[in-house]
Amino acid sequence: MTGMDELSWEALAASDTLPEFVDEPLTVTDFVRYQGASGDLNPIHHDERFARSAGFPGVFAVGMLAAGILGSYLADLFGPRAIRRFKVQFREQAWPGDVLTYRGVVTEREERDGERLARLELLVLRQTGGVHAKGWATVALP
Amino acid sequence: MSSPSGRTGQPYEFPVERGKVREFARATKARRDSYFTDPHAVVPPTFLMSSAFWAGPGASALGDQERDMSRILHGEQEFVYPAGPPRAGTPLIATQRVEDVYSKQGRRGGTMEFTVLVTEYRDEHGTLVAEARSTVIETSQAPEREAAS
Repeated sequence: MTGMDELSWEALAASDTLPEFVDEPLTVTDFVRYQGASGDLNPIHHDERFARSAGFPGVFAVGMLAAGILGSYLADLFGPRAIRRFKVQFREQAWPGDVLTYRGVVTEREERDGERLARLELLVLRQTGGVHAKGWATVALP
Repeated sequence: MSSPSGRTGQPYEFPVERGKVREFARATKARRDSYFTDPHAVVPPTFLMSSAFWAGPGASALGDQERDMSRILHGEQEFVYPAGPPRAGTPLIATQRVEDVYSKQGRRGGTMEFTVLVTEYRDEHGTLVAEARSTVIETSQAPEREAAS
């Protein structure tokens, strides 16, 4: 995404809704790649036998994967330096094959200490409509 | 996890390494070129998650004992960046502390113990670069499917 346009204060004034990102279906490889990168190697996200012995039907997504993709989505939209606060709350689990949609809305705008800030509410939804994660962010706008 | 509130781990170095930034950006499906081409790229918003798992002995505010991974859930995660996330190449010192511990009754009867862990990241001048706050839930029985991930 070279020369990618970052959303400006003016652009955001025109619409409160962020462009949606629909990801490819989740794979166990996605979980493993994230777990390797972060170092969180909890086997419940890649070891079927371990997941079943813990009472689950199988392995499920590591929550920080979707949180990380949601963060990257924000950095893609606003620029990586714009993030001032980012919070994620984990809800329903996501499973291999799930198609997750990332979306957000602007809930508030304010100027503070010479910075123009927007507050966002974010959602990661499963194809069932179930909420995988909720998020909140504050971003600084050019 | 019966750690009292206020307990602090030993400070540890967390060098923000470029290769690790690339790996993390790829794993979180980042599409921005800068992560892959800029030696001083601003890190992805959740990149600091990768610090704790590679910290040495003594760094965890919860101590070094093994925990039952089948009973641990991640409830919430928050990052605060006073001036935006740091850049690759920044040497950071991280210190973790237990901010709060409390219990709740689970919907199916068991108890759920919540631990709030805060990690502060400071640069070489001691300036606060980032704060990460994790809420970790330990269940007394197998986690409920709908509880968290």
